[in-house]
Amino acid sequence: MDLNMDLNAPHSMGTTIIGVTYNGGVVLGADSRTSTGMYVANRASDKITQLTDNVYVCRSGSAADSQLVSDYVRYFLHQHTIQLGQPATVKVAANLIRLLSYNNKNMLETGLIVGGWDKYEGGKIYGIPLGGTLIEQPFAIGGSGSSYLYGFFDQAWKEGMTKDEAEQLVVKAVSLAIARDGASGGVVRTVVINSEGVTRNFYPGDKLQLWHEELEPQNSLLDILSSPSPEPMNI
Amino acid sequence: MSSIGTGYDLSVTTFSPDGRVFQIEYAAKAVDNSGTVIGIRCKDGIVMGVEKLIASKMMLPGSNRRIHSVHRHSGMAVAGLAADGRQIVARAKSEATNYQSVYGEPIPVKELAERVASYVHLCTLYWWLRPFGCGIILGGYDRDGPQLYMVEPSGISYRYFGAAIGKGKQAAKTEIEKLKLSEMTCREGVIEVAKIIYKVHDEAKDKAFELEMSWVCDESKQQHQKVPDFLLEEAKAAARTALEEMDAD
Repeated sequence: MDLNMDLNAPHSMGTTIIGVTYNGGVVLGADSRTSTGMYVANRASDKITQLTDNVYVCRSGSAADSQLVSDYVRYFLHQHTIQLGQPATVKVAANLIRLLSYNNKNMLETGLIVGGWDKYEGGKIYGIPLGGTLIEQPFAIGGSGSSYLYGFFDQAWKEGMTKDEAEQLVVKAVSLAIARDGASGGVVRTVVINSEGVTRNFYPGDKLQLWHEELEPQNSLLDILSSPSPEPMNI
Repeated sequence: MSSIGTGYDLSVTTFSPDGRVFQIEYAAKAVDNSGTVIGIRCKDGIVMGVEKLIASKMMLPGSNRRIHSVHRHSGMAVAGLAADGRQIVARAKSEATNYQSVYGEPIPVKELAERVASYVHLCTLYWWLRPFGCGIILGGYDRDGPQLYMVEPSGISYRYFGAAIGKGKQAAKTEIEKLKLSEMTCREGVIEVAKIIYKVHDEAKDKAFELEMSWVCDESKQQHQKVPDFLLEEAKAAARTALEEMDAD
């Protein structure tokens, strides 16, 4: 077993992040694992960060880089909203993120998915991968776990889903990625944004559906204290 | 009419005892001496028209443009000192392109008007700068529909249904108020603007003038452009006929 865990490695979010548009808004989803090398530094992190009342961003890659970029953009958007006198559009938020990502591409390592709702365009998703491209998409996936989801979305994605269909799709997808990607794990968090507002949801990791060859989750070794068999370590 | 602000009018950084800044009022006089400029907001767009007083017969028609495009979706008509106007237009263009680069969308007309107004106002705050001697009529079409703004040399900017500046502004305003703008399309608006400009032009005081018009509307695909030649000719003809009918009375 590798005991040389580099506990001083930069925090990275292996991650699976997803953004999906539906008929009336968007659903953003993410796992919750932040790792320092092989050690899970935070197993319940929140990778879906608020930029404004109506725009959120899913963060992946370097935790520090993505946090800083989000912080700057939140600050710019706040000023922009005050000047404009009305909420910022999703496109403006995405463009600000893109400018930072592109102009500092040599120093940053972060892939972001911006999603939100505004009164002009409705629900929109913008993917901003590593180099700083800005691309508007009906759905976007990112992070190390997304590699396992390309085929899944090719088959399962459809236009004009309802809110519940979209959320179920996101939860299923994150859960599938968690099953296969070692750098993704923990819980599934989702954020639904539409004209009515923002709703945050939480799906505990052990309540997710089990996929092929996955074992039943064992919550804690303390459970065996109350079990009839007095044999610990016997799995 | 005008009062001499003896002693209190030497600098734009001096208030008079009755709370006026005379230099700014004098700047407004420069605007009042220029050819009339009007703008109207129709239900599907904006129409702007300028009474371009021709200084010399040797000037090429179509030169000395008074209406400038600031961005694809907006344009500005300037009255007053032409050189000052050029500065303001350049600044507005720069603000518009900068906004587009940073925010990824065309500058909202409201935002553009605020930026132009604060730039004009800036030059009323320092003793080593003189105020701009121009009035601006700014028309644009963004996601919130067509909007018309007017910026005065003091830096005040308001949003209007119809606005007029320059020599014939009083008469022009009266005419504009008679129009039912909310029911008018820009095609009809072009004819009306031409009629008004021809009407307020003072044949006795000023000799020749050239009519310059622009619009931004659904028909121009929300792009700011010169009114197409055929429509301009139609408008001029209608305006001349209207004048003759008036004279005939």
